[in-house]
Amino acid sequence: MYALGMRGILDLAAYVPYWRLNRSEIRATFGSGGGKGTRAVASFDEDTTTIGTEAARLLGSVSPSALWFATVSPAYLDKTNATTIHAALRFDSDVTALDWGGSIRSGVGALMTALRGNDPVLVVTADIRDGLPTSADESSGGDAAAAIMVGSDSEGPLLAEVLGMGSATEEFIDRWRLPGDRRSKVWEERFGETRYVPLGEEAWNAGLKDAGITAAEIDQVIITSSHARSVRAISSRLGVEADKIALDYSETIGYTGSAHAGLALTGLLETVGAKKTIALLSLADGADVLVLRTTDAITKRKPVRSVATQIEARADVAYGKFLSWREWVTLEPPRRPEPGRISASISSRREDWKYGFVGSRDRTSNAFHLPPARVSMKGGAVDDMDPAPMAAEIGTIATFTIDRIAYSPSPPIVFAVIDFEGGGRTAVEMCDVDAESLKMGDRVEMTFRRLFTSDGIHNYFWKARPVRDGVAK
Amino acid sequence: MSSHGIKDQVAIVGMGCTKFGEHWTLGTDDLLLWSTSEALESAGIEKDEVDAYWLGTAMSGNSGQTLSRPLSMCKPVTRVENYCATGSEALRNASYAVASGAYDVAMAVGVEKVKDSGYQGLVGASHAPTDGTARTLSAAAMFAMCAPAYGNKYGVTDEQMREVLARISWKNHQNGARNERAQFRKEVSMETICGAPLMAGDLGVFDCSGVADGSAAAIVVRAEDALRYTDKPIYIKGLSFLAGAGTGNADPDYDYTWFPEINAAAKDAYAQAGVTDPRSQISMAEVHDCFTPAELLIYEDLGFAERGTAWKEVLNGTFDLDGSMPVNPDGGLKSFGHPVGASGLRMFFENWLQLRNDAPPERRITTADRGLGLVHNLGGYPGEMVSFVGVVGNQLG
Repeated sequence: MYALGMRGILDLAAYVPYWRLNRSEIRATFGSGGGKGTRAVASFDEDTTTIGTEAARLLGSVSPSALWFATVSPAYLDKTNATTIHAALRFDSDVTALDWGGSIRSGVGALMTALRGNDPVLVVTADIRDGLPTSADESSGGDAAAAIMVGSDSEGPLLAEVLGMGSATEEFIDRWRLPGDRRSKVWEERFGETRYVPLGEEAWNAGLKDAGITAAEIDQVIITSSHARSVRAISSRLGVEADKIALDYSETIGYTGSAHAGLALTGLLETVGAKKTIALLSLADGADVLVLRTTDAITKRKPVRSVATQIEARADVAYGKFLSWREWVTLEPPRRPEPGRISASISSRREDWKYGFVGSRDRTSNAFHLPPARVSMKGGAVDDMDPAPMAAEIGTIATFTIDRIAYSPSPPIVFAVIDFEGGGRTAVEMCDVDAESLKMGDRVEMTFRRLFTSDGIHNYFWKARPVRDGVAK
Repeated sequence: MSSHGIKDQVAIVGMGCTKFGEHWTLGTDDLLLWSTSEALESAGIEKDEVDAYWLGTAMSGNSGQTLSRPLSMCKPVTRVENYCATGSEALRNASYAVASGAYDVAMAVGVEKVKDSGYQGLVGASHAPTDGTARTLSAAAMFAMCAPAYGNKYGVTDEQMREVLARISWKNHQNGARNERAQFRKEVSMETICGAPLMAGDLGVFDCSGVADGSAAAIVVRAEDALRYTDKPIYIKGLSFLAGAGTGNADPDYDYTWFPEINAAAKDAYAQAGVTDPRSQISMAEVHDCFTPAELLIYEDLGFAERGTAWKEVLNGTFDLDGSMPVNPDGGLKSFGHPVGASGLRMFFENWLQLRNDAPPERRITTADRGLGLVHNLGGYPGEMVSFVGVVGNQLG
């Protein structure tokens, strides 16, 4: 308790991609692998940067001094990925954007480091988990992102206060991947169990001591790890009854790597209620424990889009399509030229539009211009426009079509003309959609996506998707 | 704003047009030699007698050297590009140069060598760097949005619309089957058209124009000199070209049932030419049937039918070869394919044949006595296009 003061979680949200793979399809295809339930699958036009952005867009209004982004699967190396999220969220330039990366532990590590600090920090964690076809990583993994706004009670009501933390670290080889490799390898599970269980107990005891509580006072505990055998083994050694172990989403979403602690914490805080003591135990190259206590403020907060609703709002992706999205198989593309790389300098000049989806609005005629223009299409006024941020606006489909011949990494393209409810029209690609069920007049919202990659440069921009439940910011 | 035009100041006195198709054995240079030689022969002159050239090509070369090199000459050659109106734009500029008095004899040449790209369909002409936010849709998909929009507005059911669009395609293939220069020379049944694989929206293969290599050329002189070259000159009556503001996809007032740029170009060209009632004054039209919904909307933008009625006229056969307002008697883009730089001049070539009564009997229009013909191009997409409308005639006055 001592050095932490009133630090805690001001807001949090998780993003679960729309697509699910039925694990039974894996065995049906290859005769091995797979399992029960489903895993969440990021679409072909999503990467860890875009799903991290989507998680952060589900938060209420936040004003951090820093944005930290942790992932095992960064869209770029060398270049910071958090700056893209920073741009999509339209943060001011004095908000620092930093990547944590490379290992699963970086997710929970970023969260705990932010909680130990003094500044308001937005911690975004995201992962897209993959492995060789039929591997355990393929079937048990999942794709998701979480965004946690960490700060002090002076910055707003805390949903949960930190009671204590504990960690234990040891070097041993359980899972590994060389830079550039497409999949991880793992040592025999029985060895890892001999390291993780004692490390977990050490961190657990340190966390309880730091919080000044006993295990019996814990209302709910989240245990998360890529090492399933250790999770099973340690769950009976924590001094917590089995019915207090929180949902781990393995049956529906899968294990989401560096995002999983944030995902599970979000799901739990959305349901647990006020004045509950909860603990998080993460096993990843050591062990980390975070003990929190929820406040009354949590009862007043209604999630924009809860983890539970996102688990429900889903569609199946065929295994073959999943394999092509992850580039394990290459499908015949449309016989059209692939797009060229985007220009760095044009993208920089158009940052507000490209990353923030900000158009312009003529002060005289009120006409929206998407993309922004200097000369008004109604009346011709020059340089007399205000910025028109449109990313959070809801639109309806004025007309749409299905393009079977244009280039796309996953054809066909569904394309729609959108009229925004508050004014303004734009023509954009649709995503996460069943084209057969789409109708004129359907409501849509904007979502940040990766359109294509050329010469190693990702082309990020916005698409529209049907509104299925709560509405993102 | 004034647009005076050059009615009866300039005449076309010779034309050439290659066969359109997949010319695997011919390059851009060969196509240019073919069309320009035919045009020179048609006017009875040598290439040295041409004072200046306007070369239209969208993607087969840059600068005037694309023409001066294969013709082995040192002459003023201006390369022009304006999307799918490129060929017509070459003629417009050559005509204005002659009308200005700067030159006595000018040639407009259009060419495109499309089939060397290795892709099906047209490959974009622009390689200008971008921020990656622009639409990545095919032209077929953009025009596909017009059909349901039109149907909703005017109460045309999906089944009726399918028949209307198929009827347009059927008509153009009927005409193209009778044209030795066309790429596709088979009649296509309504059943085949309606059952074709979908490309975008409800548009099937036969709702889309093909691609082809080709070239066409026209020689223009001052009208008073025309009879020195031919006893059947074709006179320029009006030439209008407009580049739209490109705001349609951002403007909630645009409903995809018409093309404002085309309508405005038509009004301008009619005013220059003195056309007040196109249905009674114009013998025939060559219009830009890149996709069947485009041709449907174009009828109304050109004033060939009242708003919301063109679909009925299609079914009545108004625009057939033997109809009261023949459109695309040569088979159109549907039968020719679309070598971008050449198409506009190919359309003038059909007017040249029909208004001189040189078209073969099996596809000769019955309305030539009205004396006027129309050429229309659009380039770009619904909501963001350029448009050309030209009117020519076989008589002065």
